[in-house]
Amino acid sequence: MTRDQIEQILRAELNRIAPDIAIDRIDPAAPLREEFDIDSIDVLTLVTALSKALKIDIPEADYPQMESYADLLDYLAARAG
Amino acid sequence: MQEERIVKPCAERARANMPDYAAARAAFTWAEARNSLDGLGQGRLNIAHEAIGRHVAAGHADQVALRWIAKSGARRDYTYGDLDRETSRFANVLRDSGLAVGDRVYALLGRTPELYIAALGTLKAGCVFCPLFSAFGPEPIHARMEIGGAAALITTKRLYTRKVAGLRDRLPDLRLVFLTDAEVEGTRAIGPLTDAASDRFETVPMAPEDSALLHFTSGTTGRPKGVVHVHEAVVAHHTTGRLALDLRPGDVFWCTADPGWVTGTSYGIIAPLTNRVTMIVDEAEFDVARWYGILEDERVNVWYTAPTAIRMLMKAGADPAAGRDFSALRFMASVGEPLNPEAVIWGNKVLGRPFHDNWWQTETGGIMIANYASMDVKPGSMGKPLPGIDAGVVDVTDNGVHELNEPMALGELALRSGWPSMMRGYLHEEARYRKCFRDGWYLTGDLAMRDAEGYFWFVGRADDLIKSAGHLIGPFEVESALMEHPAVAEVGVIGVPDETAGQLVKAYVALKPGHEPSEDLRRDLLGLARSRLGPAVAPKEIVFRKNLPKTRSGKIMRRLLKARELGLPEGDISTLESDEQ
Repeated sequence: MTRDQIEQILRAELNRIAPDIAIDRIDPAAPLREEFDIDSIDVLTLVTALSKALKIDIPEADYPQMESYADLLDYLAARAG
Repeated sequence: MQEERIVKPCAERARANMPDYAAARAAFTWAEARNSLDGLGQGRLNIAHEAIGRHVAAGHADQVALRWIAKSGARRDYTYGDLDRETSRFANVLRDSGLAVGDRVYALLGRTPELYIAALGTLKAGCVFCPLFSAFGPEPIHARMEIGGAAALITTKRLYTRKVAGLRDRLPDLRLVFLTDAEVEGTRAIGPLTDAASDRFETVPMAPEDSALLHFTSGTTGRPKGVVHVHEAVVAHHTTGRLALDLRPGDVFWCTADPGWVTGTSYGIIAPLTNRVTMIVDEAEFDVARWYGILEDERVNVWYTAPTAIRMLMKAGADPAAGRDFSALRFMASVGEPLNPEAVIWGNKVLGRPFHDNWWQTETGGIMIANYASMDVKPGSMGKPLPGIDAGVVDVTDNGVHELNEPMALGELALRSGWPSMMRGYLHEEARYRKCFRDGWYLTGDLAMRDAEGYFWFVGRADDLIKSAGHLIGPFEVESALMEHPAVAEVGVIGVPDETAGQLVKAYVALKPGHEPSEDLRRDLLGLARSRLGPAVAPKEIVFRKNLPKTRSGKIMRRLLKARELGLPEGDISTLESDEQ
């Protein structure tokens, strides 16, 4: 899967959880939770959805690697790319 | 449950602050508990003095009071002496800005040192402190600031511009806004003000019944309730910290709750400081490796956390905990919602000690029923009442309150009124306040049972309130936000079971004629709810129905939605006029 395709899936899942946030206007390097105004339950939902959509396993231990939107995309691209 | 009982060895009982529960209970008086605090003479006191001033006076100025861990992992220590000076500066700024004793000062901040300094500085100045949860959206913020007549607010530039700036013309009482990190129009940067202020301030001596804290809690109907607590409450904060959390001077204590909720104030600020511990404050949100790291690296002695977090740790498995040194950890407690027995047992297995569940509410101000260090734990039970607290299971009828004394009788959990941290009112709602008390009992709204040994067991809420990730959410607030959407005809909001969060907020929506359910509309509604309410209160699930079950008077029957969601019997449906479709 290309990085673009992965980003499309990431954007779709984020939009499902936080439809009020315009993804083009967030700071991709800032903390994801703050930029998207999501709580820990939302994060769990997001990770579960991503791991299903991308058919990858995302262990809890990797969460620190997903601090920002950019980090998360890098992480997913490395695992599913 | 009997076979799962976790028995405490004699040596462990003997080491506890309260080695013998029955003896402590028999000997306890609140008058004597008051003597363990210093006061300010002539019957006056101030929470801030009990938390900081008296320890400085007793020669503990150099002990670390607060160790702050930034999101980046950087650490910053504040000694009791530092806190004394910083809170004095803040109190001077409040006074110099024209705030008077009794004025309400709100904080909308993440877990940063400024929050703790503002809380204690506000109390020092004799003002009333009201914390707001930083994940609230503009509407919950507005309701809470308006009801409380907020005179001043301390927040950040980001939170201000996103959530408060647009509310200013609807908050006529709000005279001052301080920002911790900038200055924008209509606000003042707090840094230069505190830098210029004196670090000496004479703590205002308050009467025991003077207001100190304002916490908001959700109601089943109507607006959130502003729960008033007084300076005298510190007697209960201190005592319960010592007896229920086993806090000792010099301990390292970590309460993971956010001060935006009552636990994070009573046990995240006040009780730890009055008991002269070093408290850990982590700015970041839950993270498995980070949390285990903090427990290990900071050599935490006493840990107070919540079921949602414990269940997330369980989900991550035993591996992240393996090989770590938790030998400093002496006592672990949990609050927010009932802790399932599996979680208690998991703690015992993986961390080497059980979680001690306890029970209390915003209205009770402090822990009321608890599992103690010296008492066997029956996993799933909330424990026994604190010394000084009389709890009962009661039946409330038109004829009055009747205590149910037979073991495992189901009734409403009630407490004999009169303990120091009992709420003194719902702001501007005397009738609603009075309704909580009857025949000398405070009625909690929770259903419970008591077993033959005197352990209490939580059964559920007597009303429609939702408990999600430890937060109490009123369905009405959520329904009101969704009703603002032009396509929505009616909404019913309930809590549905979730293995991590306890309950999740679910909204049933019926649309007006001419509107059809669609994924776009669902996102539209979710976006509206999130922007109005914030992520902690907004529904996690929205489903569409043609019609919602209603009574003759048009009231949506949440109880019926819930029974159907859970596959339970529908009970008495005689008032059902119009059914779900």
